[in-house]
Amino acid sequence: MLPTRTGFVADAFADIGAALRKHHLATTFSWQDVAQRYRRSRVGAFWLTINMGVLIGALGFVFGTLFRTPMHEYLPYICVSLIFWGFISTSINEGCTAFIGAEGIILQVRMPLFTHVLRTLYRNAIILGHNILIYPLVLLSVGRMPTWDVFLALPGFVILTLNLLWIMLILAVLCARYRDMTQVVQNMLQVILYLTPVMWMPKTLPEGISGLLLDLNPFYHLISVVRDPLLGNLPSATNWMACVGFAVVGWTAALLLFSRYRHRVPYWL
Amino acid sequence: MASITLAGVSVEFPVFNAASRSLKNRVLSVATGGAIDRRTDGHVIVRGLEDVSCAIKDGDRIGLVGHNGSGKTTLLRVLSGIYRPTSGSAAIDGDCVSLINISLGIDPEATGRENIRLRAAMMGMRPEELRKQFDEIAEFSGLGDFLDMPFRTYSSGMQLRLAFSTSTAIRPEILVMDEWLSTGDEDFKHKADKRLREIVSTTKILVLASHSRELLQKNCNRILWMDHGRVRMDGPANDVLPAYFG
Repeated sequence: MLPTRTGFVADAFADIGAALRKHHLATTFSWQDVAQRYRRSRVGAFWLTINMGVLIGALGFVFGTLFRTPMHEYLPYICVSLIFWGFISTSINEGCTAFIGAEGIILQVRMPLFTHVLRTLYRNAIILGHNILIYPLVLLSVGRMPTWDVFLALPGFVILTLNLLWIMLILAVLCARYRDMTQVVQNMLQVILYLTPVMWMPKTLPEGISGLLLDLNPFYHLISVVRDPLLGNLPSATNWMACVGFAVVGWTAALLLFSRYRHRVPYWL
Repeated sequence: MASITLAGVSVEFPVFNAASRSLKNRVLSVATGGAIDRRTDGHVIVRGLEDVSCAIKDGDRIGLVGHNGSGKTTLLRVLSGIYRPTSGSAAIDGDCVSLINISLGIDPEATGRENIRLRAAMMGMRPEELRKQFDEIAEFSGLGDFLDMPFRTYSSGMQLRLAFSTSTAIRPEILVMDEWLSTGDEDFKHKADKRLREIVSTTKILVLASHSRELLQKNCNRILWMDHGRVRMDGPANDVLPAYFG
């Protein structure tokens, strides 16, 4: 007697709900993940901050010069861009291995599967928390003051993570079944990095092309809703509408996929 | 009330050989078609359990016997709700904890105290529950000042002590064990045995897979004999054990 279709969807909701209720699991494990990587180092997880800082300085100098953009404008831009692109791309990349990497746990302990996705996201949010420290430093160094708009980045961040979660959930399921997907995703993210205004600024695009490259690129909208407020601009209504629409459509797809294949995941590991 | 009801449970594992597991091959085989398609498409299925039915209720102490590959571990995983049967149904009522790998979740670089926290989380213990139990766990391990040292500096006996102390602090309704846990030196073994017997007596349902007749005789009142993924015999320990061990 197999559960009906509605039973399946209810199961998926129950799994996600349980993961949220037991979010202390995801929190404990994700802090552990970060601590583990930097256990015996003196500076610890602040190596993340240092690495990112150096990268921003170097790329800021090179591309700022190449694009002939004034430093006080370009440096904060690439700083926020790289920090959030790092968050987005690593979350998605590691989302692929959320279930594969937790094989030992999944096969031995009954735990909501979504916990492993949350753990991956939390881990990257902790890393983001370390990296974001560079942002005020960069602003100071170019003599710019943050405006009140900065706080608008918070709702932007919420909609960004909501979107990341469904992408990660879908990829975690697919990659458990098709192991090559991980490589495909890595590859795609590399391409997307160049197609999305991360290193380059949207305004440097020639007229006419921008519509295609920007408006049709979901990652442009996702990064804009967080980045623009941090740089003292307001994200456009299109940006927000695209992000919300993307979240609704994406979560619907993710829930359908998850409810259909959730029980198969342990068999695939 | 805790209960487990299995009705006609079968479990089939798809075996994805390198050929059928990858997306590349799936795309390529569509593209090439013909002979390769047929060969790569029919992936092998291993049947782990076949038509297993049983009703387990409060007070049952189930012993699981069977040769290697008879489906014991798979059945344990179905009973703990990890595998959902590919056909048939499994209704598990009650919170279930498995003491299969008691070192799961431990980080060798972290200290003993941190590892108690990690291990307890893995067992599904809530933070507030752990706070209440923490001192008792630390004391039971008998590790003293070593609790502030990294786990990797422990001897293997000490590592097991820590894992054991934490893992057995929980009192589930359904307890699933793969072999009896016996750990440490004579002194600790005695303590550990006592603790295990305590859990076994407070738990409502025990499922213990073991190869030891003496252990099964002592702890179980009902034995399931698994053979090639099917239940070969299911009955009181005094009937099944002589039949199995001969």
